[in-house]
Amino acid sequence: MVQGAMITRLANPARFMRVSAVFLPWVAALAAIVLAVGLYWALVIAPPDYQQGQSVRIMFIHVPAAWLASMVYLLMAAASFVALVWRHPLAEIAAQAAAPVGAAFTLVCLATGSLWGRPMWGTWWVWDARLTSVLVLFFLYLGYIALVNAFDDPARGARAGSILALVGVVNLPIIKFSVDWWNTLHQPASITLTGSTIDPSMLWPLLVMAVGFMLLFAALLMVRMRTMLNERRARALRLQG
Amino acid sequence: MAAYLAMGGYAAFVWPAYGIALVVLGGITTQSWLRYRASRRALDRLQRRR
Repeated sequence: MVQGAMITRLANPARFMRVSAVFLPWVAALAAIVLAVGLYWALVIAPPDYQQGQSVRIMFIHVPAAWLASMVYLLMAAASFVALVWRHPLAEIAAQAAAPVGAAFTLVCLATGSLWGRPMWGTWWVWDARLTSVLVLFFLYLGYIALVNAFDDPARGARAGSILALVGVVNLPIIKFSVDWWNTLHQPASITLTGSTIDPSMLWPLLVMAVGFMLLFAALLMVRMRTMLNERRARALRLQG
Repeated sequence: MAAYLAMGGYAAFVWPAYGIALVVLGGITTQSWLRYRASRRALDRLQRRR
């Protein structure tokens, strides 16, 4: 498989450092540009909603942050699986580098959701399935980070973290389908693979912001993985004396 | 401009939402970058010493 071969070739730490050094400045610059365009579109060009008025502008951060919160967890769990099964040296570094960024997106999702819920639902928070499962996602990220750092032996911490990340995957379908399975204040998905019920004047800035968040995540993942590889190399050099 | 900033009466919700996103995502970006720079400098020092 071409893709499999590409992943195997990139998954060598030295090669990752070379390739990411080339890509990082471009991805970071692109993220800045796309986010600037997205913010202007979301805050200035996009029209107010006919029911929600200007409060709908919160959607342009809330929804992309929610997408990223789940996507990053899925990536972290996939990397943990690769780390556990194939003992790939870059996989657990990728998972550990992704976790704080995923936690940040989840926090943004929760906080902006609360600020949107207050004027639209009349409450900052309800303990319903969607909100609670996203809060659990946030704690899974924090638990993973704490567990990885809780062992004197980093290899054991990484292993324990990988297992937690994999167990936590059951939470992702609960988040996704919570709005269909249970009664909730939260609306069901407006955008599915088959189409969207959102007007194009709001759909476009939403998608631009989502791409901006993905690019930001890609840049941060590279920066954090490079940092961890640098620190690992420095530790090895110090041990050699 | 004042009308724009008022966000149709939702200013108290819209601006904090964007503010929190800026602080949290800007914060993790800054932290990631500073730690990256520190890791590069430490490694450079070690490699120069040998």
